[in-house]
Amino acid sequence: MNDTKLKIATTSLAGCFGCHMSFLDMDERLETLLEHVSFDRSPFTDIKTVGTCDIGLVEGGVCNEENAQVLRQFRANCRILVAVGACAINGGVPAMRNHFSLQECLEEVYLNGTGIVNPQIPADAELPLLLDKVYPVGEVVKIDFYLPGCPPSANAFYHLLQALIQGKTPELPKEILHYD
Amino acid sequence: MPTNHSSFSIDSHEVPFKNGQTIMDAALAAGVYIPHLCHFPGISPHGNCKLCTVRTGTRYVTACTTPAKHGMIIESETKELIEARRALTQMLFIEGNHICPSCEKTGNCTLQAMAYHLGMQDNHFPQFFPYREVDASHPTIWLDRDRCILCNLCVRASREIDGKNVFAIAGRGLDAQLIVNSSSGKLADSDLSPTDLAARICPVGAILIKETGYRTPIGQRIFDRHTISEIDLEAIILAETASQNE
Repeated sequence: MNDTKLKIATTSLAGCFGCHMSFLDMDERLETLLEHVSFDRSPFTDIKTVGTCDIGLVEGGVCNEENAQVLRQFRANCRILVAVGACAINGGVPAMRNHFSLQECLEEVYLNGTGIVNPQIPADAELPLLLDKVYPVGEVVKIDFYLPGCPPSANAFYHLLQALIQGKTPELPKEILHYD
Repeated sequence: MPTNHSSFSIDSHEVPFKNGQTIMDAALAAGVYIPHLCHFPGISPHGNCKLCTVRTGTRYVTACTTPAKHGMIIESETKELIEARRALTQMLFIEGNHICPSCEKTGNCTLQAMAYHLGMQDNHFPQFFPYREVDASHPTIWLDRDRCILCNLCVRASREIDGKNVFAIAGRGLDAQLIVNSSSGKLADSDLSPTDLAARICPVGAILIKETGYRTPIGQRIFDRHTISEIDLEAIILAETASQNE
């Protein structure tokens, strides 16, 4: 492995993996990118723990204790941490549950919703405990850069990574700045 | 001094004005953009969004409410004012529930376009996630207070243009909210009609016309084709809302 390559870790917390799909939409540009970067923990590698990295890309907000733990591990190990996509930046669609209490959400989904058989609120020890609200990642750890979009376009990803590879501060041009 | 030759300067543009015109009206007429959310040509100014704050001498004034004066030297696009406008816009985002990906107004939303214009990449401040009532009672008009930025445009449009009195802002500070003037407090019992300016002027997705959603695909919407700094954009926005309403 080339030691001069930048190490990137990626994760999806309370997200839909749409940002990761959009990352892959860089298509043939991924080939150029891979000349400069290698992947550590990521759904792309299936590596489960994050090592020391140059760049961490975090998709999704923080909705449960496991999300918070992973996010803190990313912060501890990544020199530059980027909040990727609407959910990471402001909680996004999952944060629409923040209007209701956690108990109300659980009761609606597992007890009172339509078409429920054997109603019960799951309590398996394997399941990460839900937080009272869905939090933007920036309210849990320090974030260095933000990449808005739902998802951020492949162009936006490419723009961000090109800048970081060249050691520059990423500045998203207004024409590719989108929140939708 | 002949009225027709009065002028002031804004960021070194010379802007002529007629007596009684505000800084905003004269600047827009001269093709000079000053960021604004709660101002709309033809409706009395309110000065509540503060995005049009400009500097004249040692004072900061809202361009939409301040009468133009001959010889004024006005600064608008300074680093300081752009940063202040960005912070104000971030505060508008965190005080409501502005989830762009789930909002029908995305791409047509003036608040979102303002954030693009100001290069806003994050909300900076902690989210409030307030609980606000949705009013879906009206057969053709939808009111989602989550997205309301209290710009007061619907209140003024209803009173001044439609000749009705459908809306008001009640409460103060965090309790401020858009209320409906009807016996039940619901839109269904008000005399609001989807052709009223008050129903079409909302700069965000708080007041939407039902059964017209997603007629224009995301990616082909107003601010996918225009930037907010284009002059006379208000006319384009109204025209597009009217055509969607047909």
